[in-house]
Amino acid sequence: MTAILGMLATERLVRLSAVDLAIVIFYFVLVLGIGFYLKRFAKTGEDFFLAGREMTAWVAGLAFVSANLGSLELLGWAGSAYQYGILAAHWYWIGAIPAMIFLGLVMMPFYYISKTHSVPGYLQLRYGTAASGLSAITFAFMTILMSGVNMYAMAVVMKVVLGWDLNFSIVVSSVTVAIYVAAGGLFSAIFNEVLQFFLIWFGALLIPILGLYETGGWKGMVARIQQNFPGQDFTHMWGPMHSFSSNPMGIHWTGIVFGLGAVQAMGYWTTDFLVVQRVLSAKDIRSAKMAPIIGSFFKMAVPLIVILPGLLGLAVLPMHLVPASEVHSGQFSYNEVLPLMLARYCGPGLLGLGITALVAGFMAGMAGNVSAFATVWTYDLYRPFIRKNASDSHYVSMGRWCTLIGVGISIGTAYLAMQFASIMDYVQALFGFFIAPLFGTVLLGMMWKRVTKAAGFWGLLAGTTSSITMFLLMHSRSNERWVSLFALSPEAKGLAQDMYQSLWSCVTCVVVTVLVTLITRPRPDEELRGLVYSLTDVAKEEHTSLFHKPLFWGMAALALLAVLQIIFW
Amino acid sequence: MSEKHHIIPVWFFVGLLFLVYGVLILGSGLAEWSHPPNTVLAELHAPVWWGALLIVLGAVYSAAFRPGRNKV
Repeated sequence: MTAILGMLATERLVRLSAVDLAIVIFYFVLVLGIGFYLKRFAKTGEDFFLAGREMTAWVAGLAFVSANLGSLELLGWAGSAYQYGILAAHWYWIGAIPAMIFLGLVMMPFYYISKTHSVPGYLQLRYGTAASGLSAITFAFMTILMSGVNMYAMAVVMKVVLGWDLNFSIVVSSVTVAIYVAAGGLFSAIFNEVLQFFLIWFGALLIPILGLYETGGWKGMVARIQQNFPGQDFTHMWGPMHSFSSNPMGIHWTGIVFGLGAVQAMGYWTTDFLVVQRVLSAKDIRSAKMAPIIGSFFKMAVPLIVILPGLLGLAVLPMHLVPASEVHSGQFSYNEVLPLMLARYCGPGLLGLGITALVAGFMAGMAGNVSAFATVWTYDLYRPFIRKNASDSHYVSMGRWCTLIGVGISIGTAYLAMQFASIMDYVQALFGFFIAPLFGTVLLGMMWKRVTKAAGFWGLLAGTTSSITMFLLMHSRSNERWVSLFALSPEAKGLAQDMYQSLWSCVTCVVVTVLVTLITRPRPDEELRGLVYSLTDVAKEEHTSLFHKPLFWGMAALALLAVLQIIFW
Repeated sequence: MSEKHHIIPVWFFVGLLFLVYGVLILGSGLAEWSHPPNTVLAELHAPVWWGALLIVLGAVYSAAFRPGRNKV
């Protein structure tokens, strides 16, 4: 413990006590112990890569939503809530809930019935090797890059908040993740994600409880924000979006509804294999349909521990936070609002719990990336292109090695990010290049049997290329002209530009796919059974009660979403 | 959770985590009762009631999903 304490630098936001360190250390011991315990169950390919397809709807649902609840996400969106106000909650509500319901009710049956092990695996069945290979290569590359950049981001946060050495944070967290994922595969990743889910809730929930107590409730908080930031509206979601200039994000409601809700969210939640893999681990088709719907209720509640602390920061923090690029000595950036609020209310013990929640979030995020990478590499690149007919145990062994190698590459990427800090700003955008067009490709493939193999490949390629082109143009020297063209207003800020970029790239993908389909020969119906809506018999659940029907709970989630929109309009 | 493999349910590990954390946090809260830390609203003694809540939840989950019990 003395050695660990000795690694703490002099400059830090908070100081951990012995009980805090005991809490952090117990977490590491527990996850490693769980990894070694689960190793005996991860023997076949289905065990290692899909957790034996035996998770209940609750476990798969919590892992599904938890895979997206990493610490970078928590810190970033709490910072965005401080910067943009409650507008940031759109990414948790309209930017997630309808897509999760759509995945559960419409798309999950195809993924599940086709018995695919991954999203590129579905593309292989529907469109063949070319589209699948393109999707697998981009996904594997970006997943491992994201993993490394997240690792670096975690190390930076630990340095700023706790004063921990960057190398210490990177090595300890990555070695731990490598051991428990290589041992238990997706079993380990999912167990850790469920633990992390509860840790994050119980580590962060005290902030809104004590914050609202301090401000005298919601009205008291709003009054204090208006006092601290006169003339700015931070507490309404739709009212300030009637024009680009009437809100701090520079976004119009069309960008949120069509760019975020209809394309980006749909693309992420229905085709990003990192989250879809969790649902594929469900034990039967009803559980697979229910998992994202259960997840949607928890996702709807997350603003309570992410957005509300950001808003409370506007109300109670004595200093004004600034963008990360403008931080001077003694100042704090938007992204530090959550640790600042944690330090404001939490003493020894509770502080350790909050810090452990952040560490767990980072590690679970990394484990999610690495386990998804191992699956896509082994099943979608290694098996079809390098070694086709090996034994199941050979592919499991490849998955374990791939996990270790993936962590190794992630560490390299983390140090690369250290040298070129600006790439962090672009990685999220890079990931978005592939997600929005992929949604168009997968959805058209599921809904229209006429779509051909060539159309799937060329549509995906055109959508991705158009996305990259728009991004480069909007970040070029004469960017204002291009921002006005693509994002519809020169006032559109980064997030607003992303929304319109997603929208147009998906439209490009769909248009090219349709055009190529019309001039190429369709596949025979018998090859498409179980892959396309009109040729698939999805089992009806006629004999279950209303409360057991996924459709009922999906509609309930949408109704609750509508009520929340009206309350915070 | 597992019918094929008979794995200990993840809920047991959640309960164990909460139980240990509850004891540590409650103990810390009681130890600092007479000289609370320099945090806002320290007079509410949040570690005491939050630690107690974690102990209750942890005990319930650990018992309900303990190894050997035939509950999914």
